[in-house]
Amino acid sequence: MHPALSVIVFTTLSGAGYGLLAWLGVWAIVGSLPANRGLAAVALALSLGAITIGLLSSTLHLGHPERAWRAFSQWRSSWLSREGVSSTATYVPALLFALGWLGIGSTRGIWAAFAVISAACAVATVVCTAFIYISLKPIQRWSNGWVLPNYLALAAMTGAFWLIAAMSLFGASDNDLVIAAAACTAVAGVLKVQYWRFIDRTASRSDGGTATGLGALGRVRLFEAPHTSENYLMKEMGFRIARKHAAKLRMIALVSAFALPLVLTILEFLLPAALVPLCAILAAAIATLGVLIERWLFFAEARHTVTLYYGAERA
Amino acid sequence: MTSLPAHPATKRLGLVIDLDICVGCHACAVNCKEWNSGGVAAPLTDLDPYGADPLGVWFNRVHTFEVGEGASGRTVHFPRSCLHCTEPACVTVCPTGASYKRAEDGIVLVDEDLCIGCKLCSWACPYGAREYDYDAGVMKKCTLCIDKIYNETLEEEARVPACVATCPATARHFGDLGDPDSAVSKLVHERGGYDLMPELGYAPTNKYLPPRPRRASAKEMGGAPVELAPAIAAAGSGFLAWIDRLLSG
Repeated sequence: MHPALSVIVFTTLSGAGYGLLAWLGVWAIVGSLPANRGLAAVALALSLGAITIGLLSSTLHLGHPERAWRAFSQWRSSWLSREGVSSTATYVPALLFALGWLGIGSTRGIWAAFAVISAACAVATVVCTAFIYISLKPIQRWSNGWVLPNYLALAAMTGAFWLIAAMSLFGASDNDLVIAAAACTAVAGVLKVQYWRFIDRTASRSDGGTATGLGALGRVRLFEAPHTSENYLMKEMGFRIARKHAAKLRMIALVSAFALPLVLTILEFLLPAALVPLCAILAAAIATLGVLIERWLFFAEARHTVTLYYGAERA
Repeated sequence: MTSLPAHPATKRLGLVIDLDICVGCHACAVNCKEWNSGGVAAPLTDLDPYGADPLGVWFNRVHTFEVGEGASGRTVHFPRSCLHCTEPACVTVCPTGASYKRAEDGIVLVDEDLCIGCKLCSWACPYGAREYDYDAGVMKKCTLCIDKIYNETLEEEARVPACVATCPATARHFGDLGDPDSAVSKLVHERGGYDLMPELGYAPTNKYLPPRPRRASAKEMGGAPVELAPAIAAAGSGFLAWIDRLLSG
């Protein structure tokens, strides 16, 4: 599949933004969220800012962005519509939570309730995002059980790193959060490797034989394409990445999304306090960059069944 | 509304494409482009049409495949267009209600005024039936010539999709596949018509008829025998034989 930059940026940024919002909600209800207005401003700006930039970015690939509001209507059948509804609805409890934490300086009582609701909405939105891909049966590398846990774990991981980075700016440290971030990183890393093992080893349901129905007569191969230049289908669905490049990019993604942030997180315990913010911010930035590469691969390595009509043996 | 019709009629209009007969002339694709360039989905935009890298919207594409090896190998021409599926995920994934399936005859259409051009429907179609119009910013697809098949200003025999009307080999048939007694349903039954990629569960309405089993020799096909009989018997009687003898002598 063609890796459209706007969608890659959207899923990465909104994943981190909703992940951060979810951690803020959980930490508010646990009572571990410092009543620090500076931290509130930075954390909420990061979270809602990333979500907003992501959502705006996702409208860039639309043919008619001015009609985007229509996408709220078909939540009964469409995961994309559900994502639109959920992502927008999240602003209501999130802004009320922001009013409590930033405006009144309280994360207790009713304000904690808003925090929990916004966390639930954040998780629901990431689930909707994952299901947009899971619901696409022609793309077996998306339509499988590994995609949802991957999206959730990566959102939780980047969100945790962002919160640690925001806290470090105000000299606040939270060992529980650091341990949670490390655990999320380990889980997300294992899930990503498992996803790659799955897509490498799973035979495709469809092939040239089932796509044409001629499989019983022998091996089907393209003799003559219907047109001499690329059409929309080949540009959008026919994107291919060389296996050796994919292998290298997977290594880069593993190191930057999981290994380096994990090492930097451990260093935060060992280095002098003055260097902790640098470490935490670096960990958050590198992890986000790693997820961006991972998300690019998620698209570039996905194969669509329409390519079977254009000479691909497997999809 | 992108939910599928709760109470669809039994009528399911669609095409039956005979892969045994198709000669790969692309006339169906060209006439489709011709009709629909002036139809409800018009224009079928072409970008850089006379340049080095033209890019255009077509609802019908004819692929040619080689199948099998050696002496048993064969060439099969394969027209590909929207199959007007019974379970069209292209409809249910649409976030705006632009994509819909008609309850009365099962035709899958796009309302271009509602389409935001997110392209998700084209990702959801296993068959590549939908093509995005980069110029109009909306998705386009086969309408089964809805502006032709119900057009009462046309003569009755002309009320078939443009691809069917133009096929010089009669490889394309149009009718109600929801009616087991229709001519197309009988054809599917007789010839073992099948679905494309049934494993994905889209339950296409359109059916494909497989190439007939290959026959080994021309004689089996009722063609000329391998050796020709002599035009004139070597020795005979009668007037022609007398002329023959006279001229030979």
